[in-house]
Amino acid sequence: MAQLLAVLIDGLIYSSWLFIIAVGLTLIYGVMKILNIAHGSLYALGAYSAASLAGYWIHHGYPPMGSYAAMLVAAILVGLIAGPVIERGLLRFMYGKDEIVLVLVTYAVFLILEDFVKLVWGVDPYFIAQPYGLLGNFTVGALTYPNYSLVLFGAAVFIGVVLAWVLTKTRQGKMLLAVIHDREMSGAMGINVGRVYFITFTVGAMLGALGGALTAPMISVQPGIGAETIVLAFAVVVIGGLGSLPGAALAALLVGIVRSAAVHYRPELDLFSIYLVMAVVLIMRPKGLFSAQEARKI
Amino acid sequence: MAIVLEARGLNKNFGAVTAANDINVAVEQDAVVGLIGSNGAGKTTFINMVTGYLKPSAGTITFGDRDITALSPRQITRLGICRSFQIPQLFNTMSVYDNLLVGIGIVVSGGKNWAEASRHIGTPGEAVDGLLERFRLTDYRDKLAGELPEGIRKLLDIAMAMAVKPKILLLDEPTSGVSADEKFTLMDMVIEAVRAQKVTVLFVEHDMDIVTRYTQRVLAFYEGRIIADGLPAAVLSDTEVRKYVTGEAPHVTVGGHHAAH
Amino acid sequence: MKRYPILPILMAGSIFLLAVGPFLPRWGMFLINVSLCYGIVVLGMMLLMRTGVVSFGHGLYYCLGAYAAGTLDQVYKISDMAVMMVAAVLVTGLASAALGLLLRKYRDIFFAMLSLAFSMILYGLLVKTSSLGSSDGFNIAASKIAGITVAGTSVDRYVRYALTVVFAFLTGVFMHKYLNSHMGRLAEAIRDNELRVEYMGASVRNVIHVNYVISAVLAGIGGALAAIAVGHIDPEMAYWTTSGEFVFVGILSGTGSVLAPFLGAFIFETIRSFAYEYSPNTWQMALGITMLVVIMFLPGGLWSLFARKRGAA
Repeated sequence: MAQLLAVLIDGLIYSSWLFIIAVGLTLIYGVMKILNIAHGSLYALGAYSAASLAGYWIHHGYPPMGSYAAMLVAAILVGLIAGPVIERGLLRFMYGKDEIVLVLVTYAVFLILEDFVKLVWGVDPYFIAQPYGLLGNFTVGALTYPNYSLVLFGAAVFIGVVLAWVLTKTRQGKMLLAVIHDREMSGAMGINVGRVYFITFTVGAMLGALGGALTAPMISVQPGIGAETIVLAFAVVVIGGLGSLPGAALAALLVGIVRSAAVHYRPELDLFSIYLVMAVVLIMRPKGLFSAQEARKI
Repeated sequence: MAIVLEARGLNKNFGAVTAANDINVAVEQDAVVGLIGSNGAGKTTFINMVTGYLKPSAGTITFGDRDITALSPRQITRLGICRSFQIPQLFNTMSVYDNLLVGIGIVVSGGKNWAEASRHIGTPGEAVDGLLERFRLTDYRDKLAGELPEGIRKLLDIAMAMAVKPKILLLDEPTSGVSADEKFTLMDMVIEAVRAQKVTVLFVEHDMDIVTRYTQRVLAFYEGRIIADGLPAAVLSDTEVRKYVTGEAPHVTVGGHHAAH
Repeated sequence: MKRYPILPILMAGSIFLLAVGPFLPRWGMFLINVSLCYGIVVLGMMLLMRTGVVSFGHGLYYCLGAYAAGTLDQVYKISDMAVMMVAAVLVTGLASAALGLLLRKYRDIFFAMLSLAFSMILYGLLVKTSSLGSSDGFNIAASKIAGITVAGTSVDRYVRYALTVVFAFLTGVFMHKYLNSHMGRLAEAIRDNELRVEYMGASVRNVIHVNYVISAVLAGIGGALAAIAVGHIDPEMAYWTTSGEFVFVGILSGTGSVLAPFLGAFIFETIRSFAYEYSPNTWQMALGITMLVVIMFLPGGLWSLFARKRGAA
C-alpha cells in the first residue's frame, strides 16, 4: 500500500515535470506545424541561465528566497531573447517548406545551440541545489518529499490552467486556435498569422526555458541535458497528439505513472518504459490520444 | 448485354449528412454512362464507393459476379476498375514518360489478376509509347508532370488510369479546367482510346453538351439519390432534372405571379 | 543518374582505393574506411528519402549490426569477419522486417518519432546490460576472415579496409540497379503521390516495408564494418543523435546518385575528424550551420552542384 502511494506521488511529480517540458513543444507544433527540436536547447539555456543567475544571487548574499525569482527571470529572458532571434531571424524564411524540412532546420538550430552553451558556460557541470532544499520537506505517511516537488506540481497546474484559459477565453487565444485549425483561412479572415507565429514561438521558448530553469536545482546542469530531455518531450507530445494541450497533460500523467511504476517494480525498464507507452498508444491510436479530424482529399 | 457493374441499395452517411441514399444502378458492358448532378449531389461519393475509397454504410457493389464492396482501391484497381480524378493526381517530380512507366511496371509485376493483361503489353517501353501516342502526349514525353499545362495534366491523369488495363473506367469531371474549345478534342481522344480497349466508361460531367454527345445513358443525382436514369434526351428533359440539376426549369410569370412548378 | 556512367565510376573508384590502400598513412586508411561505412548507411537513408520517408532511428540498425558482430566475438568467441557480416545482415534483416510491420503504417513526423523511439529503446536496453559493458560498450577484435587469420599480420589493417571497400562497391552497385528499376520508380512515385500509387494497384505499405528493410540491412552492414574497423562498440551508436547524423549526411549528399552518399560521408567524416581535433566545442555548430546552408541554398544536396555543372535536363 505504501509502495502504491509512493508510485502515485512519484508519478505525479514526474508527470508535472513532463508536462512542463512538453507543453511548449506541443503549443508550437499546434500553431506552426513545426516540431521544434531546438526546444531541447531552450530547455538547456533555461537551466544554465537559471543556474548562473540564481547562483550569482545567492553568492552575493541576497535573500535566498529571491533565487526563485532569479530563476523565473532567467527563463523569461531566455525566451524573450532566443525566441524572437530564432523565429524572426531564421524560421520565418522557411515557412511554407515541407514539414520535415522545418524539423531539420530546428535540428540544425539545436546543434548550433548545443555548442553555444558549451562556449558560454564551458563543459563542467553547474550545481544550484539551494532552491531545491530551501523549502524543506513534507511527509506522507512514511514517505518524505521535498516541498520543491509541490513547486513543480503547482507550476504544471498553473501553466495548464493559464494556457487553457488564454486559449479559450481571450480573443488572442481564440485567434491562436483559429490558426491551429486552418492557417490559410485564418489569414484570409484577417488574422495576422505572422504575429501569431511570433508570439507563439516566443511563448513556447519561454516555456521550454522555464522547464530547464525549474529543473536546474534538481540536477547537475551539464552538456547533453538538452538532447536527453527533447526525446522525452517528443514522446509526451506524440502520445498526447501533436498540438493538443489536453493531450500533453494526459500523456504526461500516463507516462509519469507508468515510469514511476517501472522504477519501483522493474527498474531495468526505466529508460524505455516511456517509449513502450508511446509504441502501445500509437498502435491503438495512430495519431496519439487526441488528434485532429482530417478532411477528404479527393 | 451483360451487367458488368451493379450497385444495390447503396447508402452512405457522414453523421447527419446523407451522401448516398438507396442507390441502385446496373451498368452494361461497353456502355458509356454520364453522371450528372449539382455539387454535393453524390456523384463523386458514388465513384469513391465503387473504387473502394469509401465504404458504404449499407448496400453492395458487384463487379461481374464478384462482390467488391469491402475491397480497397488497390484491390479494385487490380480487378480492373480504374479512375481518373477531378484534380489530376500525378507524380509531379517525374517525367510524363516515367508517370506512365510506373503504371505499366505495376501491371507487369502484378500478380495473377494481371497475368492476362500483361501478356498483351509488349515491352514496357512499347506500351508507354503506345499510350503517349494514343493520348497525343508524345511531345511532352520528358517534361515533368508538375510543369504541364492543366489540360495536359488531365490527359495524363486519364492516360495513367488507362495504363493499368481497366475493364471499367470512371472519369471524374474529365473536362473540368479544360478550355471550351479543347473539351471536345479531349473527349474524342478519350472515347476513342477507351473503345479500342473495350472498356466500359462512366464519367461525371457538368457540361451538358459533352453529356449529350458522348453518352448513351445518363444518371442524374440529387441529394444522394438517383432522380433519373435513361437515355440522355429523356433524362435531360425530365422535369426534376431540369429543376435540380440543369436549372432550366422555366419560371413562368402569369399575370405578375411566379407560377410554382 | 542518366548523366554519369555510375557503374564504371564505382568500379574505377573501388579499384583505385584498393590499389592505393597500402600506400596510405594509417589515419588516411582509417578515415576512408569509416567514411565508406557511413556512406553505406546513408545509401539506405537515401533510399528511404526517395520513398518520401525520413527515419530518425537508423542508429538502431547501425548499432544492432555492430553488436551482432561484437557479440559473436565477446560471447561466442567467433572473430571471423565473414561470419560477423552475415550475422549483421541476418539480425538487422529480421529486426527491420518485424518493426517494419508497425512502421509501414506511418509517415512524416510519426514515422520519424516512432523510429526514434525504437532506437532509444535499444539504447536503454544496452545501457542497462552489464554483460555487454553497459554504457561503456566493449572492444571487439575481428581476427579472421573466412577462416584466414589476419590479426597480427602486416595485412591486418588492409584487409579491414579492403572489406569495407568491397562492401561499398557491392552495395553501391545494388542500390544503383535497384533505384533504376521499377521498384526505384515506384518509390519516387510513392513520395510524390501515395494515393495515386494505390489507385494504380500497387501496395504503398509493401514497398515502404521492403525499402525499410533494405535500408536497415545497409545500416547494419555499415555498423558491423565500423565495429571491425574501429575495434570498439558502445550504445551511443543507437542514441538519437547518431541517427540525426545519418539524416544530416543524407541531406548533405542529396539523392541524385549512389555516389552522393559516399561523397557526403567522406566530407562529413573529414570535417568531423579535423573539427574535433582542433575545436571540439564548435564542431556541432559547424554541422548545424552547414545543414542550414545546404537546406537554404542547395536543396538537392551537394550532389546537385555536380548535376548542375553538367547541364541538367
